[in-house]
Amino acid sequence: MKALLLRDLRLAFRSGGGFGLGLAFFFLLSVLVPLGVGPEGGTLARIAPGILWVGALLACLLSLDRIFALDFEDGSLDLLATAPIPLEAVVAIKALAHWIVTGLPLTLIAPGLAIFLNLPPAGYPWLVLSLLLGTPALSIIGAFGATLTVGLRRGGLLLSLLVLPLYVPTLIFGGEVVRRGAEGMVLATPLALLAAISLGAAALLPFAAASAIRVNLR
Amino acid sequence: MSIWEYANPKKFMQTSAWALPWAVGLTVILLVVGLVWGFFFTPDDYKQGSTVKIIYLHVPSAMMAINAWVMMLVTSLIWIVRRHHVSALAAKAAAPVGLTFTLIALVTGALWGQPMWGTWWAWDPRLTSFLILTLFYFGYMALWAAIEDPDTAADLTSILCLVGSVFALLSRYAVLFWNQGLHQGASLSLDKEENVSDVFWQPLVICIAGFILLFVTMVLLRTRTEIRARRLKALLARERVA
Amino acid sequence: MLSTSDLAVARGGVTVLQGLTFALAPGQALILRGPNGSGKTTLLRSLAGLQPPAGGAFHLPPDSVAYAAHADGLKSTLTVAENLSFWSQIYGGPSIDHALTALNLTQLARRRAGELSAGQKRRLGLARLLVTGRSVWLLDEPTVSLDVASVALFADVVRAHLTKGGLAVIATHVDLGLPEATILDLDPYRARVIQSTGFDEAFA
Repeated sequence: MKALLLRDLRLAFRSGGGFGLGLAFFFLLSVLVPLGVGPEGGTLARIAPGILWVGALLACLLSLDRIFALDFEDGSLDLLATAPIPLEAVVAIKALAHWIVTGLPLTLIAPGLAIFLNLPPAGYPWLVLSLLLGTPALSIIGAFGATLTVGLRRGGLLLSLLVLPLYVPTLIFGGEVVRRGAEGMVLATPLALLAAISLGAAALLPFAAASAIRVNLR
Repeated sequence: MSIWEYANPKKFMQTSAWALPWAVGLTVILLVVGLVWGFFFTPDDYKQGSTVKIIYLHVPSAMMAINAWVMMLVTSLIWIVRRHHVSALAAKAAAPVGLTFTLIALVTGALWGQPMWGTWWAWDPRLTSFLILTLFYFGYMALWAAIEDPDTAADLTSILCLVGSVFALLSRYAVLFWNQGLHQGASLSLDKEENVSDVFWQPLVICIAGFILLFVTMVLLRTRTEIRARRLKALLARERVA
Repeated sequence: MLSTSDLAVARGGVTVLQGLTFALAPGQALILRGPNGSGKTTLLRSLAGLQPPAGGAFHLPPDSVAYAAHADGLKSTLTVAENLSFWSQIYGGPSIDHALTALNLTQLARRRAGELSAGQKRRLGLARLLVTGRSVWLLDEPTVSLDVASVALFADVVRAHLTKGGLAVIATHVDLGLPEATILDLDPYRARVIQSTGFDEAFA
């Protein structure tokens, strides 16, 4: 299983692996939004939590279809399905690898981008914490969505259509944590719910995803 | 005699062929009675004027929008557990109907909201939940449309429906948490005090019954179409092999 | 060790092969013959457990199958050695040296898989079988894009596997040079009457 994680990470970092694409997108979005909204600091400060969360979510979405589609095309998925690791573990590990190359770096650069968006200082720790707790849910939910479209040649657009509604609760709680944090309000409830979504998704979705892969390989 | 016998496509086709005219007739009667009564023979509300009458379209379609998804969830589960083809096709057939009800609920809500709240749209929890529900319907239907092999499509959409239901429910609570909203409480509840008054209530119940039957009729009709389409595909495949 | 009884397999809901009954003991190889579309791949995928049989049954010892499909499952940005050691780790970590030598890949070990020729890629795909340590090999057109020398090399590998008590089911058109293998022509097993897929009963 460690071998699979290492292989996926290595593939992501080698040329053509697509690492950094999501980060660049996140960066661009944070630059474009002020250009579109106007330079007024108060407005930016108010929308910063939402923009940062939506940006992280879309950046995550960009690389989702690669999680399984590449392995499906070159036949590795067939071989992994007959290998002695349960498919549920394959899904969980691939989602983890996706998180390490997208969710984690997004979390780390988010404070830097928050400066552009004039996020109030009180919001910074909560921004990092909410992304740290919430982006794993984005990866695992996305991995589930990717298993549904893995057999389709042009599944990318459909994948966003399937995954975005599933992202709604994560987005709401994530944005809420940062918003409340920035305004100095109590935020234990949304933070706990955000963590609960990540944990629940990580515990249950690999099973749904594995059965979807089995259906697709049939 | 078990209920599962109706899941046999042949039995289903026979039974539904018998039931369909009755369902159509009853739907028409209930809808005409309910809507005419509601629109022309109820007084205007002292606060809302005649706009209140949109309730006869809005409330039933909103209820059916959710019920259709619940029905899809149940039929998807039946497909996963017992692998009855009719069940999977019924779920497929119900989705566009459910989506239509959702859209009707949203549009009539906007028409009602404009004079009432002074805005076509507000990010109220109920309205937002319905908007999210449309997204789920779109995703579900798009997945059905994208996959060629019918059994694969049935399996994957069932999994999506199952997972989607959990997330739809989560979204509902998330949205409640996110904004408290200005939508009035439920129009119908067991608590008499909360209810809309009797004059409005009686035609409303008839309309709801009419909408339920309308849903049943359309799902029966669409399921029959799906079964025939499936049959046609099977015949073509057989011809190719032979 | 591998036995099927009245096995039927389906592709896309349509039964393509039926009534397959055969048994293979350790050390035996079975070569599947049949025109394109006759169901060789479908049969192999069913035996590999990737799809459920449409009817009948087959028996295999648990965790004994290594499947080699048309596609080799190689990652072009990883080197030959990296590709191979990944699969070896997945299967519990036997050394890859033996597999590299057996398929004459030692010289290429540090080359990226994307830079290999088609035949070299295929050899790498087949080397994967050796690091699985599995006893039942299911091979789908293993000799595609291999030259004559490589086919002979591969035949030796299969023969060595058989003498160690392994067994192999091979779908192929070319003569592998394995005279000891049994040949199974799939033509008589083609499904002539389409089996009811559970749906045709609607209008039977």
